Amino acid sequence: MDQPVDRTHTLSILVDNEAGVLARVIGLFSGRGYNIESLTVAEVDSEVRLSRITVVTTGTEMVIEQIKNQLGRLVPVHDVRDLTIEGQSVEHELALIRVEGPREMRVESLRLANFLHARLVDSTTHAFVFEMTGSTEEIDAFVELMRPLGLAEVSRTGVVAIGRRSDTNDAKT
Amino acid sequence: MAESQTEDSDRGLTQDTVLGSDQDSAEHQEMSGAEILIRALINEGVDVIFGYPGGAVLPIYDVIFKQKELRHILVRHEPGAIHAAEGYARSTGKVGVLLVTSGPGATNTVTGLADALMDSIPIVCLTGQVATHLIGNDAFQEADTVGITRPCTKHNYLVRDANDVGRVIHEAFYVARSGRPGPVVVDLPKDVQFSPGAYAPPKETTHRTYRPRVTGDSAKIEAAVEMIANAKQPVFYTGGGVINSGAQASKLLAELVQTTGYPITNTLMGLGAYPASDPQFLGMLGMHGTYEANLAMANCDVMVAIGARFDDRITGRLDAFSQGSKKIHIDIDPSSINKNVPVDIGIVGDVENVLTDMLRIWKKKKSKPNQAALKRWWTQIDTWRKKDCLRYRVNDELTKPQYAIERLYEHIRDRDAYITTEVGQHQMWAAQYLKFEEPKRWMTSGGLGTMGYGLPAAIGAQIAHPESLVIDVAGEASILMNIQELSTIIQHRLPVKVFIINNHYMGMVRQWQELLHGGRYAESYTDALPDFVKLAESFGAVGLRALKPSDVDGVIEEMIDTPQAVIADIVVDPDENCFPMIPSGAAHYDMLLGLEDQGEVSDAGKMLV
Repeated sequence: MDQPVDRTHTLSILVDNEAGVLARVIGLFSGRGYNIESLTVAEVDSEVRLSRITVVTTGTEMVIEQIKNQLGRLVPVHDVRDLTIEGQSVEHELALIRVEGPREMRVESLRLANFLHARLVDSTTHAFVFEMTGSTEEIDAFVELMRPLGLAEVSRTGVVAIGRRSDTNDAKT
Repeated sequence: MAESQTEDSDRGLTQDTVLGSDQDSAEHQEMSGAEILIRALINEGVDVIFGYPGGAVLPIYDVIFKQKELRHILVRHEPGAIHAAEGYARSTGKVGVLLVTSGPGATNTVTGLADALMDSIPIVCLTGQVATHLIGNDAFQEADTVGITRPCTKHNYLVRDANDVGRVIHEAFYVARSGRPGPVVVDLPKDVQFSPGAYAPPKETTHRTYRPRVTGDSAKIEAAVEMIANAKQPVFYTGGGVINSGAQASKLLAELVQTTGYPITNTLMGLGAYPASDPQFLGMLGMHGTYEANLAMANCDVMVAIGARFDDRITGRLDAFSQGSKKIHIDIDPSSINKNVPVDIGIVGDVENVLTDMLRIWKKKKSKPNQAALKRWWTQIDTWRKKDCLRYRVNDELTKPQYAIERLYEHIRDRDAYITTEVGQHQMWAAQYLKFEEPKRWMTSGGLGTMGYGLPAAIGAQIAHPESLVIDVAGEASILMNIQELSTIIQHRLPVKVFIINNHYMGMVRQWQELLHGGRYAESYTDALPDFVKLAESFGAVGLRALKPSDVDGVIEEMIDTPQAVIADIVVDPDENCFPMIPSGAAHYDMLLGLEDQGEVSDAGKMLV
């Protein structure tokens, strides 16, 4: 029998935006010992009060299947999509990165930022704040480039993801 | 309670004066939150609730006081309320309901909620809460009830508006009983109970998001029937899901098993789903299951799991669990399938529906089992049966616990009886030696293993079946965990019988210490036990005692013939162990049979519970 291997999956969970729903989802992961690599949540339809939670998690095929089934039976959950299995999806995160240091280093950071499509969103006499969106790997790479140039602080959203076509449930939100 | 009901009518109060007119004209009428609650419960068909009052539920108790449709059973401690609701639910198939106050009232139900979640028992637990403006202020008797109970309920609600009370209550019942049943908490702040709100009984029961799948995939069912028909060494392994599915599911199961001629074993939770006296029944399986049931599981080529969840007490060591078999798993909970054991065909659906489809396809295809192979399989099973694994040594001086329970069975087998248990050796002996012919007769804390479950569960069963014989088979340690409920039993004049297998030890703890910890009996002996006869008398019940085997029959007869509540203290051999036993971390074929066979437990096994 093949040894089961851990794989990373991105799950997109559509939930009722009601009190405690995030705690239910997070509690399920912590209570059953599943990993959360990143988690994002925001309301996506204010009229019918729906939120989308994007979770990046790792586990064996059996564990991932288990996570999806466990999520599916939570009462306020409408739909659980495994974007990694569906294949066709866009997965992005947004990062804010502050760089502090002498002028010449900041100039270099600006040059690299332009080249890598990071946007300068704030500047003071001694610091720049860049905003970058892209794949997790692209952001990792940019953060590494900034490290020798006075990287002071990083704030990241975690992955938000969307399928490139609607699933069988024909979700519009 | 009977007295207080007549008093109610003396006050000239009827439900209509308090709760508005009848249901038909009840479109959007204004009531207080507490009145809406009680009206909604009645509309759900609730006739009894178990509870304990307190500051944060007084408005609800005030409404209960002024009506006659809903009977309230006052317990002595909140764990009693929830286990009684569980016993009520399990013996009737209806949703069990309890009402407790905020803070400690709510937190005292947590064990019972976890118990009901593990065993899939439909419960609606109504908790009082401090007024909404006080929530989060560390008010008197405030606890974050929805936060605390979130992981031990199927779902929970905090109601912040009296207009939502009716909708939430009906939704809570729907969630509790639909799909895989479970406990639901509804937290009701005191101001919401007082404030006026609108209520209209629901016209439909469909839920926005929660719609469990109940019909099985027909292609998979067809494949399963084919696999079952082609089996050479099959076994049916069925659990509590069959019982939860309803009486019809048990009938269909019996039909399928008898049509195929295949052997069947039940889990602890599933006892009674198949008649135990039938020769195709192999007894319970698992850690203390029969030799034949466990070896049939280990050696089968097709396993048909129905409403069972491959719990660790069933599988033993996972990598050695029935390795050569193809597995079919029918369950209403998709997360139960492929959780512990990968299966070949997983069918999500309600047992009753899936079995109906299976039988239809079986008949349509004119499926025939391989009779020659089946004969060989039964011959093999019969050699395992010859081990007579439940045999024990009889003793004339000291009552063997197995003997006491066997004798109990002989006295109740032809009676209309409901059995509850506490947790431990006596529970396993009861599961082994009592034989259940129909579902909903056996109530025991399976998944969580909650000591103190049996006495209050017996209250719930007795309330639901006032004319039946209800017996709590108990241990002397477990019974002390909810002994206060004897007072409830006396108040409500319930003829509950408590059959204590008294060995002075927490027997299962002692057994594990003997097998795993070198016989060092740390804290498992109970010194200073009460005199159970006097204890019964002090509450107003009848106390009986059997000191030796020759007393046992007489005590059982007297217990059954006594019209009021009885505690029967059966003094038994303190050193007896419960066998067969698959030690933790061992495989099915590594079973200890007791008597001369006392094997070793691996170090890895000692790590497990």
